Amino acid sequence: MRHFIKFGKPYLHTRSLLRGNSGLQTCTHVAKSTGVQDVSKSDGNSFIGMPHNYVTKLEFLEPKMENTIPVYQVLDSDGKIIDETQDPKLSDEIVLKMYKDMKMLNIMDGIMYSAQRQGRISFYMTNYGEEAAHIGSAAALEMKDLVFAQYREAGVLMWRGFRLDQFMDQCYANINDPASGKQMPVHYGSKDLNFVTISSPLATQMPQAAGAAYALKRTNPGTCVICYFGEGAASEGDAHAAFNFAATLDAPCIFFCRNNGYAISTPAHEQYRGDGIASRGSGYGMLTIRVDGNDTLAVYNATRKARQIALEESRPVLIEAMTYRVGDHSTSDDSSTYRTAGELEYWTKTNNPVTRFERYITNERNCWSAEEDEKLSKDCSKQVIEAFTAAEKRLKPSPSLVFTDVYDELPVNLKKQQKQMREHVGAHSQHYPLKRHEPL
Amino acid sequence: MSLLRQSRNILSNLRAKSLAKRLMHFKFEPDNPPTNLGPTENMNYLKALTNAMDISLENDPTAIIFGEDVAFGGVFRCTVGLREKYGNDRVFNTPLCEQGIVGFGIGAAVAGSTAIAEIQFADYILPAFDQIVNEAAKYRYRSGGLFECGKLTIRTPCGAVGHGALYHSQTPEAYFAHSTGLKVVIPRSPIQAKGLLLACIRDDNPCIFLEPKILYRAAEEEVPVGDYTLPLSQAEVLREGSDVTLIGYGTQIHVLKEVAELAAKDGISCEVIDLVTILPWDADTVCTSVSKTGRCVITHESPVTGGFAGEVAATIQKECFLNLEAPVERVCGYDTPFPHVLEPFFMPDKWRCLQAVKNVVNY
Repeated sequence: MRHFIKFGKPYLHTRSLLRGNSGLQTCTHVAKSTGVQDVSKSDGNSFIGMPHNYVTKLEFLEPKMENTIPVYQVLDSDGKIIDETQDPKLSDEIVLKMYKDMKMLNIMDGIMYSAQRQGRISFYMTNYGEEAAHIGSAAALEMKDLVFAQYREAGVLMWRGFRLDQFMDQCYANINDPASGKQMPVHYGSKDLNFVTISSPLATQMPQAAGAAYALKRTNPGTCVICYFGEGAASEGDAHAAFNFAATLDAPCIFFCRNNGYAISTPAHEQYRGDGIASRGSGYGMLTIRVDGNDTLAVYNATRKARQIALEESRPVLIEAMTYRVGDHSTSDDSSTYRTAGELEYWTKTNNPVTRFERYITNERNCWSAEEDEKLSKDCSKQVIEAFTAAEKRLKPSPSLVFTDVYDELPVNLKKQQKQMREHVGAHSQHYPLKRHEPL
Repeated sequence: MSLLRQSRNILSNLRAKSLAKRLMHFKFEPDNPPTNLGPTENMNYLKALTNAMDISLENDPTAIIFGEDVAFGGVFRCTVGLREKYGNDRVFNTPLCEQGIVGFGIGAAVAGSTAIAEIQFADYILPAFDQIVNEAAKYRYRSGGLFECGKLTIRTPCGAVGHGALYHSQTPEAYFAHSTGLKVVIPRSPIQAKGLLLACIRDDNPCIFLEPKILYRAAEEEVPVGDYTLPLSQAEVLREGSDVTLIGYGTQIHVLKEVAELAAKDGISCEVIDLVTILPWDADTVCTSVSKTGRCVITHESPVTGGFAGEVAATIQKECFLNLEAPVERVCGYDTPFPHVLEPFFMPDKWRCLQAVKNVVNY
């Protein structure tokens, strides 16, 4: 119950009224929170919301920026565990998978970024600098937990088993893409891996995550939802809506903020005036923690604990992972126009999550070596290149698929339009890139 | 309470009701219930909706109803009794945030629960526009069907009510007609409302269900008590005629029915069509009718420019061009926000519609 102490006893009392087991059959705590309050029984201190203490001194609350919410850390920059009690004691198998997935992610990013520059794919977004945030959190969840993400969480998919060919097929928009090439690259999705398809609008996934968590609490208890978003997306109204809904409706959802310092060119200090995203959590009544997003084990521990609390207590938990976006926002961005080379070098060389974890597994766990590292890099490159060569050769989807999946079935108007399109393209085929596509 | 006071109250209530009836711009004529749907019960529009939601929650354990103030029964009393019957985890209030209500509803639907969201007034659906248009409408398309929110239905009261002014009178059908991937439905009566709401709830596409609020109490019919659905995307010919086709939906249908009666006195035979579903809309029924009559008047409360009548008119002139005897007429709200005391001068009332009928007949 350590996490209750900061709120004090009166709040604990009220909280215990509001908490309750929420299986499919009963939800008694909600009845108490929405019942009509009998004001005649109070001592005059209770407004409808919460009890209040009165003061006679006229004093405004100044947000204390000297005492920002501290950052939870497990590994130091040399990859050494600082406090042994915080060692999650993961197996060699797990830590090696964590590291290998981070490396594969890096190498895939490098090759796909180049592919875009060479005009082979239209667009790409890298994940450099945020590998620990992805892998640490993904490893702490169960496969059945539903993931709502933003667009810079490819490591979560990688951890769950999304194959290289699946990444490539989506980026190349070819016939193997389950969405038939309908979206821009990196808008991945996987029903099997419980990863909801990415959409471009920011933060829209957040209230959806709250709703999904609420539904799953009733139909599939024991299933958690995690919602990833950036510190920029956290400024959207949808973020506020999500926090408030999840908290008031007791949704077992982890809100995982990747605070990577930039929203395209906008630095975090132009995104908010308060103490980051973590400081907002308690305003919504949410349990909150700030972690070192570049520390794989800290992210793992926090996510694991958050999951446990979210499910046991049917409540949302906010994790703010402090990290840094090493790459450009996307292939349409050149970050050298808004940040210094010195800043970038620090985060690439000195505070790099992958290097830090490599030091942990090599020096602290003794299950990795420089030779194995070199071999891994070569293997990963080979695999990525094989996958993207194959993806590049595959045909693009049939043009008739423009009209599918708008509705569950093609309505009359779309059947007509599909016919019109086929007739037009058939009559003017020389103006259309039909050779690259499956037949009309 | 004294007898004198009681009778004064009764009188003032009667006066209020008859005043309201005199001020209404239409007359609701109940339909005969379908003969094949079993026993019926007298229900007004809102009770028919409650009945539909009751049936939905009874048969589908995943179904939930949520929105502002739905717990105590809703500001229009559409959800009365449902929380007591089904529990507070299934019928519950949300915070005051339309983008949250719809976003939450999408997520619940994606996770496999039947999500019935209420937006308190259609005028306030706009904060949820991004979630509806960019997310709900496109969920299936962008994921190739891996994920979809077909279990989402958004219900919202809309339309002129006599005193609603700018922000309690809008019908936002035009904005959503442009958002393919959605279904947009607007029932004209209690029998229609119940069957169409059940159809929308069970349809595997996200639906916007527009409920003309003035009909909540003004429209009463014998409604089948059993479980039934009515077809979406099927326009209904309510009255057959040969001279001109009158096309509308929602409350405006009752205006058109009266217009048809008035026109008949001048020897004009009107065919009246209720579109029922705005998206995807039944162009075939409409065009078959206009090809027969050669003339049409399309009407809706929403402002004329960019309004749905434009879509219908464009389709008609393309499909029925050689059969048209007169230009397609639109009788709609003027291009202004919805005024309060000036409402009678803004509305596409029966006199404006009747004039349009005469215009096309005398062209």
